[in-house]
Amino acid sequence: MASPFVEALAAHATETLARLPGAGLAWLDAARREQLEAFVRDGLPGARNEAWKYTALRALERRAFLAGDADAASRAVDIEALRLPGVDGPRLVFVHGVFRADLSSLDALPEGLSLRPLSQALVEDAEPLRFFLSRGGEASADAFARLNAAFATDGMVLCVAPGAQIDAPVHLLQVGVPADDDLAWHARHIVELGEGASLTLVEHHAGVGAHRHLGTQVSDVVLHARSKLAWIGLQECADEALLIRRDRLRLDADAQLRLHALELGGGLARRELDAELRGEGARLDTRGAFVPRGRQHLDTRLDIRHVAKNTASDALWRGVADQRGRGVFHGAITVAEGADGTDAALSNKNLLLSPHAEIDTQPVLEIYADEVMAAHGATVGQLDERSLFYLRSRGIPVDAARALLTQAFCRAALDDLDHEALREYLGQRLVARLPGSGTDA
Amino acid sequence: MLKIENLHARVEGKDILKGLSLDIGAGEVHAIMGPNGAGKSTLGNVLSGRDGYEVTEGSVTFMGQDLLALEPEERAAAGVFLAFQYPVEIPGVNNTYFLRAAYNAQRKARGEAELDSMEFLKIVREKLKIMKLSPDLLNRAVNEGFSGGEKKRNEIFQMALLEPKLAILDETDSGLDIDALKQVAEGVNAQRDPQRSFLLITHYQRLLDYIEPDYVHVLADGRIVESGDKELAKKLEAHGYAWVADHGEPAGAA
Ligand SMILES: Nc1ncnc2c1ncn2[C@@H]1O[C@H](COP(=O)(O)OP(=O)(O)OP(=O)(O)O)[C@@H](O)[C@H]1O
Ligand SMILES: [Mg+2]
Repeated sequence: MASPFVEALAAHATETLARLPGAGLAWLDAARREQLEAFVRDGLPGARNEAWKYTALRALERRAFLAGDADAASRAVDIEALRLPGVDGPRLVFVHGVFRADLSSLDALPEGLSLRPLSQALVEDAEPLRFFLSRGGEASADAFARLNAAFATDGMVLCVAPGAQIDAPVHLLQVGVPADDDLAWHARHIVELGEGASLTLVEHHAGVGAHRHLGTQVSDVVLHARSKLAWIGLQECADEALLIRRDRLRLDADAQLRLHALELGGGLARRELDAELRGEGARLDTRGAFVPRGRQHLDTRLDIRHVAKNTASDALWRGVADQRGRGVFHGAITVAEGADGTDAALSNKNLLLSPHAEIDTQPVLEIYADEVMAAHGATVGQLDERSLFYLRSRGIPVDAARALLTQAFCRAALDDLDHEALREYLGQRLVARLPGSGTDA
Repeated sequence: MLKIENLHARVEGKDILKGLSLDIGAGEVHAIMGPNGAGKSTLGNVLSGRDGYEVTEGSVTFMGQDLLALEPEERAAAGVFLAFQYPVEIPGVNNTYFLRAAYNAQRKARGEAELDSMEFLKIVREKLKIMKLSPDLLNRAVNEGFSGGEKKRNEIFQMALLEPKLAILDETDSGLDIDALKQVAEGVNAQRDPQRSFLLITHYQRLLDYIEPDYVHVLADGRIVESGDKELAKKLEAHGYAWVADHGEPAGAA
């Protein structure tokens, strides 16, 4: 028997598939149908699935979501309220996974930047997308990746021409708003930087008003040789929304990717980041903080594979859980045979602010190459009582003192973000989620 | 100003203070000496309200209020300051930010106007000069990477900045070189005021050459066992604490 979750999403699947952008392309239809069948056949990952060990889906299994939002094009969104400081270049906006030209800003794109919704790209020239959209059936694909591959309505297709240096940050904004039903939406993004190109991308998830929608997102990010991507993620979904993301990164020779991510929203939000450093000299730096509170469950999984020689990765993540918040962090680094001279570091420190909060962290390191420098560590602890007393003994109220120490704990995740306005803004957003905020000196 | 009566306190289930009484009048400087483990730091911690220090008996009245009923931050705002025996390093918390937060929190608690960063920096610079501390320390994290002596001087600098009514200095002289000791003493002497009292916890009579106490007490086994003037400190220096035990039965407060 299929679960209510699967049943609701698979209902009317034929009509849904027929309405998707690109329907009628034989290869795409086939890929979508194949993914749908696999989704219906296998359902959600069960408790025995190692990758979902700490993120139980039993409650989700019993919920039914409406596939897609027929009203997405007309839902009111105050775009001004969602602007980010220092980010006023190209903007692509999706509401419940549906592209909103009226809210986007795609005029006067800088030279060398191609930025379109997937729905448009599929109509104009689908062939370059075939590689990405027909390979959903990878071994690690789970129910959400399949759901996404079968039903993704739209997404961002971003290409930077070889050598182009795009200065203005691109704002990818995805918004959820209240609706009569709990909706399921799916977004599929493709980012490709040509040789020597550079770009700053801001991936922004915003929830406006309370709702319990389910979003899935799959992104392919391909960095060709010597290209540079600064990627800033601000995940502020509604506190009861579900968001399941999978990022697949591929870095060619001497490519550099720096990610700064804040995971703040979501009742259940999971992000899987699979990165392959497959060109010599490639470098991946990831920094982030996840801050579950209330009954939020935030799950971050890094799977970083060093395949080529002299590649480097540095992951620095902080978790802070308050109230009944639950954090899960899985950081795996694999240094493949032949990836000699790899330099890999991973650190995940976590703070529990309440006796009911919980964070599970699992660092995993596998090395099959020579002359590798690798360091990884994870800790879970509480605020230092001595520091707290020191601050209070100087007159700082207990809440403010706790906030100050918690901020200090998270600081490392944002410290080396070059974009100053965003660094400050993200810092503020982070602080606003922490207990005791509002007490400022 | 401060009246401690028959104070009993327990840490981790162990009785440390066992009937301590002490009276400190406004403007007075009291020195407390005593063997390691006698309970001197415990007294400082109890007075400033540290968690885990359970008062099982007795009372502490500070300027007419029940001090023990206040939270640590309320005690600070009321005018109690503890210079720590071991100041804590707090990575990630900027020193200037911390100082201003503390300064303004106290002002706010007392219903006074908070200072903006320009006004505040002016005061900070003045006080830094008195303590001969490098302004660089302001840009670092609280106590992070400070030398032992810098940490102690930083405590006195904070005292100068926060202008408490009662300053408890827990072995602020330990680990200081001669020059730093003089600076700390100068810092304290500059703060002496008919309205400000000091409780100096120390092992060394030398500090008392620079900061002249009105009273000297010996704290042993959780009680004040002997009180006198600064001559008492000299006797202790010459004869050790065993002398107190031989010399007489436990005495009350001064
Ligand atoms: N947080 C604590 N946990 C357990 N024991 C404690 C704690 N604080 C103090 N004690 C114990 O209480 C006793 C008194 O300690 P305290 O630090 O007050 O001594 P002191 O007089 O300041 O000594 P010193 O001269 O060495 O600084 C010691 O036996 C100490 O081990
Ligand atoms: Mg002590």
